[in-house]
Amino acid sequence: MTWSEVSFERRMSSVEFRVHERAHITVDGDACRGCTTKACVVACPANLFVPVSDGGILFNYEQCFECGTCYLVCNTQGAITWTYPEGGHGVVFRRT
Amino acid sequence: MPDVDAIVVGAGPAGSCAALTLARAGRSVVLVERGPFPGAKNMYGGVVYPRVLDDLLPSWWEEAPVQRWVTRRQTMVMTGTQALTIDYRSEAWGEAPYNGATAYRPDWDAWLAGKAEAEGAQLLCSTTVTGLLRDGDRVVGVRTDRPDGELTASVVIACDGVNSFLAKEAGLYGPVDPANYTLGVKETLALPKEVIDERFGVRGRHGVDIEILGCTQGIPGGGFVYTNLDTIAVGLVLKLPALAAQRRRPEELVGLLKQHPAIAPLVEGGEIKEWSAHVIPEGGYDMVPTLSGDGILVAGDAAALCLAAGIWLEGVNFAMGSGIAAGQAAATALRRNDTSAAGLAGYRARLEGNFVLRDHRKLRAAPHLVLSDRVQQQYPGLVCGIAERVFQVDNPRPKPGLRRIVRSEARRAGVRLRDLARDAWTGGRTFG
Repeated sequence: MTWSEVSFERRMSSVEFRVHERAHITVDGDACRGCTTKACVVACPANLFVPVSDGGILFNYEQCFECGTCYLVCNTQGAITWTYPEGGHGVVFRRT
Repeated sequence: MPDVDAIVVGAGPAGSCAALTLARAGRSVVLVERGPFPGAKNMYGGVVYPRVLDDLLPSWWEEAPVQRWVTRRQTMVMTGTQALTIDYRSEAWGEAPYNGATAYRPDWDAWLAGKAEAEGAQLLCSTTVTGLLRDGDRVVGVRTDRPDGELTASVVIACDGVNSFLAKEAGLYGPVDPANYTLGVKETLALPKEVIDERFGVRGRHGVDIEILGCTQGIPGGGFVYTNLDTIAVGLVLKLPALAAQRRRPEELVGLLKQHPAIAPLVEGGEIKEWSAHVIPEGGYDMVPTLSGDGILVAGDAAALCLAAGIWLEGVNFAMGSGIAAGQAAATALRRNDTSAAGLAGYRARLEGNFVLRDHRKLRAAPHLVLSDRVQQQYPGLVCGIAERVFQVDNPRPKPGLRRIVRSEARRAGVRLRDLARDAWTGGRTFG
């Protein structure tokens, strides 16, 4: 059987996001430096948490599903500040 | 005087049913939705069981935005190379009043919210509720992100979904345990309708729902494949702490399911139309928060009313059922001019009296059993191993007896018969 998986970029381009200028989730990179598990990196279904070489985390809120996985799996108090985007913004599902 | 009788936060199935019920009782209701339209933020594992609407919206099936009526329901147990399927088909489920339906949530939720609007509820989209307005311990309204966005009401019904920051702010939740939550991820794949009909063995508006155990690489959870009209959906439900404790990302895990020999022929060539994710409250009865407080009720996912009981995987019906009950309880409290915690306590009694909490209480052990290590990691191999031995013809060796097969396959799967008996007993007590 042949198998060709689509790129993650292509996967995310299938979803509509109405990005607001305010980041509705912020990540405190300093707090992440001490974290050994970095559960957010593997669990975030939009792959928004990227580990960087200094041990911290790079985060971009723009393609967020607003699901809550990151703050639920995070074990570092205060690392993730989580709110919903402004009304009318953020993810817009169509065929879910 | 408050601005309105009731504010319902979240125009999902719970919120729209609550708003519809209150509006029909003659109450002024604002239904606040943070998405640009109802359903924009919602995603699920695919099947709505709408019979709970029979009283509220008679003949709902004549207008509900359904993709397909589920007439073929399968439960599949698999290992990496094997699969055993129970395949049930019913023509009756393809006729009114039907049983389950697949639908796109943006369609379904918008339709239901429209019904609430038609009864007089005021739908306010693109509006995020940022917090509760309090007078002492009493909830008296909500703060929104609109300019001058404070809105007061005699009662607030929080239908703000699984993360329910409102229920938490109102102090209705205890400490949040990630082990009570799963992540649902899904691919919506486009295929021509005739191809879907052919592959899934259905015609017209009939459709298939397949629920799968043993496809999550040891992470407690399950999988699903179901048919829409000209798309199919394939996805997984994954217990959060276990997902976070291993290396494979959600889309890789879905990729492995799509490559399985029992699934690949169904999904092959499907072009990805949408990738989506949502968190699900799967802790069952024991994680249900306090359901009412002074001036506030909680319904739907916000009240953790999702049923993850293995053979039954339901949520939208529990959302609608709890939303209706919340609307009724609020209407009664408003009529008596008492929306205090005591005045709203009738809500829980209503849920205890109908399927919402009765099913949850009866099945309170089910989520733990279904997501247990043995059910997740050992039993799929055991079940498939037994099936393989039963159906395999090993001539010239004579057929082994069933008891011998079970015993040797249990040994191979690392299952102790004592544990199997105990789980069978728990299962019997839970589901019986």
